[in-house]
Amino acid sequence: MSLLDLQRDMHAWLQHADATAADRLGGESVTPGLRVHQNNFRVQLAGCLEESFARTRDWIGGEAFHHAVVAHIERVGPSSWTLDAYPRDFPATLALLHPDDPEIAELAWIDLMLGEAFVGPDDNALNPADLGEIDWDNAVLGLAPTLDLADLTTNAPAIWSALAEGMDPPAVAFLPETGAILVWREGETPRFRAIDQIERQALLHVRAGLSFAGLCTALAEMLGEEAGVSRAGAMLGQWLADGLIVSIEDRRA
Amino acid sequence: MIAPFAGFGLGLRKPHHAEFLETRVAVDFVEVISENFMVEGGRPRRILREVRGRYPVALHGVSMSLGSADGLDGAYLARLRALVDEIEPLFVSDHLSWSRIQGFNSHDLLPLPYTGEALDVVADNVERAQDALGRAMLIENPSTYIDFADAQMTEWEFLDRLCARTGCGLLLDVNNVFVSASNHGFDPLAYLDGLPHGRVRQIHLAGYSQGAELLIDTHDQPVPDPVWKLYAHILPRLGPVATMIERDDAIPPLHTLLAELGMARRIAGGEIRAAA
Repeated sequence: MSLLDLQRDMHAWLQHADATAADRLGGESVTPGLRVHQNNFRVQLAGCLEESFARTRDWIGGEAFHHAVVAHIERVGPSSWTLDAYPRDFPATLALLHPDDPEIAELAWIDLMLGEAFVGPDDNALNPADLGEIDWDNAVLGLAPTLDLADLTTNAPAIWSALAEGMDPPAVAFLPETGAILVWREGETPRFRAIDQIERQALLHVRAGLSFAGLCTALAEMLGEEAGVSRAGAMLGQWLADGLIVSIEDRRA
Repeated sequence: MIAPFAGFGLGLRKPHHAEFLETRVAVDFVEVISENFMVEGGRPRRILREVRGRYPVALHGVSMSLGSADGLDGAYLARLRALVDEIEPLFVSDHLSWSRIQGFNSHDLLPLPYTGEALDVVADNVERAQDALGRAMLIENPSTYIDFADAQMTEWEFLDRLCARTGCGLLLDVNNVFVSASNHGFDPLAYLDGLPHGRVRQIHLAGYSQGAELLIDTHDQPVPDPVWKLYAHILPRLGPVATMIERDDAIPPLHTLLAELGMARRIAGGEIRAAA
């Protein structure tokens, strides 16, 4: 047997418990060793998911979580050199398993993205007190590189926070209209905040390079002149306070 | 040839981060798991930078997959090279094993059949890794649970040939020798005596657990007597070497590991000869 064939058979054994592959690897003489490796494989992945989705596990309970882990390991094989990548598809597995309980996948997304933000790129958030004179007509905001966004249909952030604090979580509630959630890292601490679709769109525009003046114009068209500019100013203040702004560049420079 | 470093160290584990950063721990070096710090930023990188400012650091990898028949992952090598350039480690090591094939990654150290074909594959991969990293590596002997029927040489013969072909050094895990010898019924002293002693630059000491059918390399126990005896046997045959206690699970207080490291120092200093 070539080394490549041996390694393919080992893959088939580990992920799918393929008995014919085990026979080709040596049959009974290697069975105890194959069992050790299959156990190592499963324990490693299950441990990774348990560690990455602690609040999700709290919410759905150990038995349902274990069922989801088994389904996920069968559905998705680990492909990256880093185990940190393996959790990325787990919210999708949960969405498939619990189509009528969207808060579960949303909780999992929060767990996942807080973990990703924890080891994301470093930045130096601007201190509002240190801002000099800025030409806001030409200012382009740079956002924290760990910032990520997703749609939100439930009160998953409130559930997550209650579970994290060891309190009784609130019952599931559906939002009257789809909102969004924002995750980033401030200093060394991952954070999240529920936002509305207007702020989500604003962050996406800014991340795409729209100037602050352009953002004011876009919001004025959407909300009216006074309300639009006021909302842009309020969001800017919040983003600075959150440590989301890492640079303000003059687009003419 | 990799420059030798004589000293005694510990693996850096999360429960001990604060003590390593806030006190002067009595070690000559620390070893970190490379992949835990091959991240873009955040607290892990900051801690590693601060630890590196206080102690020499060895980088020990688990995901290079040197035995993969379809070669190495270039993105992995590039990221490890960036870490090596930043940390300037004492050693860069990984295992004589494989974990990745055709887009699947087991995240387990899987065994190789010790054949001529496997030697060609591993040697090619080690050479590519060393070229990418700009330095020679240490290769660690694994604990194995499968003895492939078509093996053409022993593990120590395989390692000897690998060193000769690639210029790599060895990270000798004495516990792994004991575990594999128990599982496959070979003489651990024959293994230790058959290694190219001049290539050994680092030693791991660890503990194992009894599984249902085999000894398992769990790294969750103190170093047991049989491993200390093998350490006492091999040490006089080696040149200057870096010895460390490797504990990955059921991690005890730091002073407990330092006491174990004291045992290694006493054996190395000749205070404990009866153990051999």
